[in-house]
Amino acid sequence: MIADLSADEEKILNDVKIRLAKYGKERGQLIPILQMIQDKLAYLPHITMEMVAQHLDIPPSEVFGVATFYNQFRFNPPGRNPVKVCLGTACHVRGGDIILENFERKLEIKEGETTSDKEFSIERVACVGCCALAPVTLIGETVHGNMAPSKVEGLVMRVQIEKEMKEREKQKNESGQ
Amino acid sequence: MNPVNNTSSDQIFSAIQEEAAKRRKANEEAPGCKIHIGMATCGIASGALETKAAFEDALSQRGIEARIHTVGCIGHCYAEPYVIIDHPESGFPPIFYPDVTAGKAKMLTKLFLEEGDPRLEHILGATEENEMIPSVMEFPRFNLEKRVVMEKCGRIDPEDIYEYIAEGGYTALVNCLRRTPAEIIEEIQNSGLRGRGGAGFSTGRKWELARQTQQKDKFVICNADEGDPGAYMDRTLLESNPHQIIEGMIICAYATGARQALVYVRAEYPLAVKIVHTAIEQAKSLGLLGKGILGTAFDLEIEIFEGSGAFVCGEETALIRSIEGYRGMPRHRPPYPVEKGLWEKPTIINNVKTLASVPPIIENGAAWYREIGTENSPGTAIFSVVGNVTHPGLVEIPMGVSLRTLIFDICGGIPNKKAFKAVQIGGPSGGCLPEKFLDTPIDFDSLTAAGAMMGSGGMVVMDEDNCLVDVSRYFLDFTQKESCGKCTFCRIGSYHLLDTLERLTKGEGRETDLDQLQQLSEDIKNGSLCGLGKTAPNPVLTSLRYFKEDYIAHAEEKRCPGLTCRALIAFYIDLDKCARGCDACVGVCPTEAIFTTSNRKKGVDQSLCVKCGECVVACPPEYDAVEKVSPPGLAPIIERPPEPLAKKIVS
Repeated sequence: MIADLSADEEKILNDVKIRLAKYGKERGQLIPILQMIQDKLAYLPHITMEMVAQHLDIPPSEVFGVATFYNQFRFNPPGRNPVKVCLGTACHVRGGDIILENFERKLEIKEGETTSDKEFSIERVACVGCCALAPVTLIGETVHGNMAPSKVEGLVMRVQIEKEMKEREKQKNESGQ
Repeated sequence: MNPVNNTSSDQIFSAIQEEAAKRRKANEEAPGCKIHIGMATCGIASGALETKAAFEDALSQRGIEARIHTVGCIGHCYAEPYVIIDHPESGFPPIFYPDVTAGKAKMLTKLFLEEGDPRLEHILGATEENEMIPSVMEFPRFNLEKRVVMEKCGRIDPEDIYEYIAEGGYTALVNCLRRTPAEIIEEIQNSGLRGRGGAGFSTGRKWELARQTQQKDKFVICNADEGDPGAYMDRTLLESNPHQIIEGMIICAYATGARQALVYVRAEYPLAVKIVHTAIEQAKSLGLLGKGILGTAFDLEIEIFEGSGAFVCGEETALIRSIEGYRGMPRHRPPYPVEKGLWEKPTIINNVKTLASVPPIIENGAAWYREIGTENSPGTAIFSVVGNVTHPGLVEIPMGVSLRTLIFDICGGIPNKKAFKAVQIGGPSGGCLPEKFLDTPIDFDSLTAAGAMMGSGGMVVMDEDNCLVDVSRYFLDFTQKESCGKCTFCRIGSYHLLDTLERLTKGEGRETDLDQLQQLSEDIKNGSLCGLGKTAPNPVLTSLRYFKEDYIAHAEEKRCPGLTCRALIAFYIDLDKCARGCDACVGVCPTEAIFTTSNRKKGVDQSLCVKCGECVVACPPEYDAVEKVSPPGLAPIIERPPEPLAKKIVS
């Protein structure tokens, strides 16, 4: 559960510490603080919750209790391409759970998990508000409407191919210089 | 507070109005045509950003002068991304184009904007009455609606306060500043406005109770924690016309004597958060918010609180706990928040739609509002109609319209020649109504009497291929996860309710299940504190009442009549219809469950099949060979032939 922080994350963490000091010490600040941390780090590492507890002078269990209550907060880092499968009512009626299952099968992880290469993670979301396009899936920030199980493999491949293309271009540029 | 001498506030506001009118005139008289693009979250999801970029590209390439005007959402989701082109030089009226992809945008730029041909095969209609093209107002999807709350949505740029003012915005506020708070509350009470959050409490009474409390430091909270998975009208309102809500909040604060206000909006709505933020800043810069509003002695600050995604926080006491920095658990009422709310101070919590109804009521008077809708439920209701309907989207109708009119006339009925089965109203707290209730008028009391409720306004239409047991399981799965855990009946009861429903959908139902569902549902209803627990069993109770045969089929015959529950269905390929050598289904199967038989037709390996139904879609309609049956035992067994030798050698 407690992931080691990468060097980049350490850097962000320092920034978080500076920001944290600017927040008031009232209890009402708790959720805004947690939101700020997740905004910066994309998840709430264990250590940050202890920092918050210290700042607000409340037990870490209180912070943990509040953070786990709300769906917004996550405790493991998301993949570089978070897959969010909408399971709102309209998407459910049109087979959203089959789409979720297909992503799980294709990426060999379960909902809420991240692939070992940190490339993909799968989440379910309750309604992204594009019910007319159901079933809907978000990969990163891009919305893919009218999803079908057979589109899953193609979408995953597209992300991988785009990544490879970028790497190749990068290599090309580096060797060119 | 006494009304202040307001000659000065009138003067200040008329200066702002003049500026708004000037800007509007400048825009109207600007040369070239105008392209209005809907850019709320739903539009962007459908590709409005690409459409906008394509227009910009094409316009600059061709050197055409045009103004791209980004507006909010008009509520016609089936048409997204939509564009309205106003090209006066062509002689045509403004035209509404649905489904404008980037390619269509380029085509329209060339053919319509440059050459003057509006490509009539792509239009939905003109937005004004005229003699050349049929107007959209001839369609029931437009003319049966009655827009009060959403009147300006999709017409103005939500990020420009002057556009709202030019449309008559903030005049209700100025009007209110001339009156005493008691007069305003009387007007709201006379209008009969009922809270649009679901419960339908009289808004005027709530305000009156808040006004009468002696305590100082009152709060106004706009509840935009829209948690129902399938309702999105609050988001649309915030994204398309935030000022109407802000104006409603200012009036509410003035009438009740509050000096601080909060918008509690879900963090999952980042665009709404951004737009409301901009709107508050703009209102402040014009003196409509902050210290001494429009030169009077009335001060008000509005802040935004981002909710972190908990369905139960839509309940007012839970919402308050969450602002205070605790787990969002509801508490016992009374004391009601109007006596003891946020930080123990009197707090008036109103839904987005309630607050947005206030400015039109003040502007047009209570009598005008009373004329819309029914005796006990005046005004309009907004529904997000989704699921199996031809024209899904947001619909604002006067209360009292029948469900049949809404589903079949306004939203175009059920697509693909399927039969209507049920309509689920009110999201996870609502109920499913069968066909015999289609003539029920839509208002607070009739829906409650039928077993559903107004709730959030989410409406999911289901056709004959949907399974009510599965839909109940879906909603219970949602409420069970969202139960805050305070009350035992809700926490454990909903878990068992879900467990039973899951067993039914997996074909493991028992004879006693139906009675147990009924009993447990009633116990949860009685034993829970807040609205979440009290209404969570509604989907089960109503579907048990009206669709008992579905439950019996699952429990006793292990059969799913809607062919939805995947454990209870099987796909097979009818060898008489399957075409030799066609590989359409093989290509789409995600698990390689489809194989070729010895006579080059196809078979389904039941052990690999995940029942996604892609083969049904892929099979060319002239063969239509894939069949779906329930229970799965009905599918004929086709043996997979041994792997051909040649393939083995190659691999």
